[in-house]
Amino acid sequence: MTTATTPNVQEDLQRIAKKWKDKPGSLIMVLHEVQERLGCVPRNVCLELAKLIDVPVARIYEVVTFYNYFKTEAPGKHILSVCTGTACHLKGASKVLESLSKELGIKEGESSADKEFHLQSVRCVGCCGMAPVVMVNGAIHGKLKPESSGKEIVAQYRGK
Amino acid sequence: MKPEELETKAAAEREKQAKFVATIACCASAGCQLPGTLTTTTDFFKQKVKEAGAADKVRVVPTGCMGLCSKGPIARVQTAGQPDQLFVELNADLGGKMVADYVKPVAEKAAPKPDAELAKHILPASDPFFAKQTKVVLKNMETLNAESLDDYILAGGYQAVRKALTRMTPEQVVAEIKASGLRGRGGAGFSTGLKWELTAKVKGDVKYVICNADEGDPGAFMDRGVLEGDPHAVLEGMIIGAYAMNSTNGILYIRAEYPLAVERVERAIRAAKAAGLLGKGILGTAFNFDCEVRLGAGAFVCGEETALIASCEGKRGTPRPRPPYPATKGVWDKPTCINNVETLANIAPIITRGAEWFAAMGTEKSKGTKVFALTGKVKNNGLVEVPMGTPIKTIVYDIGGGTANGRKVKAIQTGGPSGGMIPAQYFDTPVSYEHLQQLGSIMGSGGMIVLDEDDSIVDLTRFYLEFTVDESCGKCAPCRIGGRQLLTIVDKIAKGDGTRKDIETAKKICRAMQRASLCGLGQTAPNPVLSALKYFMHEFEARLKDGKAAPAPASVTK
Repeated sequence: MTTATTPNVQEDLQRIAKKWKDKPGSLIMVLHEVQERLGCVPRNVCLELAKLIDVPVARIYEVVTFYNYFKTEAPGKHILSVCTGTACHLKGASKVLESLSKELGIKEGESSADKEFHLQSVRCVGCCGMAPVVMVNGAIHGKLKPESSGKEIVAQYRGK
Repeated sequence: MKPEELETKAAAEREKQAKFVATIACCASAGCQLPGTLTTTTDFFKQKVKEAGAADKVRVVPTGCMGLCSKGPIARVQTAGQPDQLFVELNADLGGKMVADYVKPVAEKAAPKPDAELAKHILPASDPFFAKQTKVVLKNMETLNAESLDDYILAGGYQAVRKALTRMTPEQVVAEIKASGLRGRGGAGFSTGLKWELTAKVKGDVKYVICNADEGDPGAFMDRGVLEGDPHAVLEGMIIGAYAMNSTNGILYIRAEYPLAVERVERAIRAAKAAGLLGKGILGTAFNFDCEVRLGAGAFVCGEETALIASCEGKRGTPRPRPPYPATKGVWDKPTCINNVETLANIAPIITRGAEWFAAMGTEKSKGTKVFALTGKVKNNGLVEVPMGTPIKTIVYDIGGGTANGRKVKAIQTGGPSGGMIPAQYFDTPVSYEHLQQLGSIMGSGGMIVLDEDDSIVDLTRFYLEFTVDESCGKCAPCRIGGRQLLTIVDKIAKGDGTRKDIETAKKICRAMQRASLCGLGQTAPNPVLSALKYFMHEFEARLKDGKAAPAPASVTK
């Protein structure tokens, strides 16, 4: 079911739409700003946006679902992005993912029940020299010990 | 800004910096954060310097990636009249000690007194990691304040734009770049001068210059390094290119996964606009050029130029057939020239120092230097820059220091999901577009992953296929279906269920994909498979049901 957006969110959407509406081809930039504000681009927001920037919902959804970066559901508070680039792969990225998954009791792509953590894998964060790497809310944690990485990282962020 | 004001600005900055006795240049790239602190390395040192009461004598500046990522976090202490000191593998404790026992005494003109523990973290500049490199693109990375336009101008910045705009015609600029022999550093290696010439010849009211910073190869971070550490160098390249092609609009298409790079580039654009180096009447000439940032959103295929164009227009990043090439029909059907970050960072040095200087480096057909992201099982991980023609072994053993774990190096992988493996017996080969291609790999954008004897080639092949299958946009059948079938076969072989016939089928699918795929992603996706089969057939055979049967090592079965 689609619910209406709150007045606060609507105000933000109007501000974002106003900023980009007249620039051609700015849909992806609009979606970036929306996701930065809301953590995701949910369906009700897409419906709202369609009216504000005069782009059909189908086109917005087409773009949202094509690009890995955009989420349609709100993730947990701390976003744990396990880098699965080649360098990290060779240095045990799958074990890092396993360790975090075990620690949090969730699978890749899921959020914890208390919405404190979201676990995802990403292609490459470009910190290959520090492999294996996990990015937490934009900060890099590198040179991890794959087996104990889950406990260490989660402990650092839990309750914060 | 008038051209002469560059000198005024440089002089003012020089004077400002002369007031300080020492500088702490902190590697402020995304990967270099002090463990146990939640601030940036720069803020950490600023605080420590303040606590030591040395804020008026010691300058703390954020730089880009200093290259030696495996020994990060890194800080470089510069004092006038003395060799720079590089402090490596720092943490909060050591960083504090570095300021108290080294920087503070130096700032007060006293003898530094690093204790035995801190002394172990000082790396001499004569270390082969640095000594064997030639830096053109990365020349500013260790010292430049990546957030300051004035510091860039002091380092000679925007003099190339000045030279091009005031003393050269657009045709002369194109001729100079052509003569330099510079080829696209994004992977394909097309002549940059020729690309500029083609776009320059197309008539159009609006033309676009695009910087492709959608660095998608998983295992490569050259472009991130340059954007974070020297953003103005890329802008300079774009301005010169725009002048040469008579373009007024620029777009930097950057991966959203690189937030710091985006921040630094946006800051650089703001500063350049405010100083009259971007916008209307650049440096007091009649030339206008403006540029803006557009973000990627996590799609590997958007590194392909026609997909990138679609993405710049706010659409799904699906490629389209060429021709028409972007030079005639690009963004909004306008003539468009797309250059990679490293290519653009080479432009200003070529204009300043001349095509001859550039062409003197490298091999017959591959000129200049190349930046590699040297990673994997090698001891010294990081960003390195060497002249084209440098043997692979120099990079892997001298600069990289061989493996960290004492194992033998088995191979390198270059070019990521579009490239191939090169076994150790070919390490005398010089790195150049031609030589790497002859071996069945490609130069690619510069990822160089070192594999040791424990790494399974079958597993790595599967890794790359999983990647390309997942990233295939699905528009054309050879890539969408062929990739999936290849992965199924390699998966079957990895699990020990494969047969000799499977290998033959895989080769057929590879050839079909190479010939029939719409874009570079599908055309090159078979490369890792083919090169693995070429050099490491025995590793595949060892897993076959009807091959030379041997059990698969436990580490590589899922």
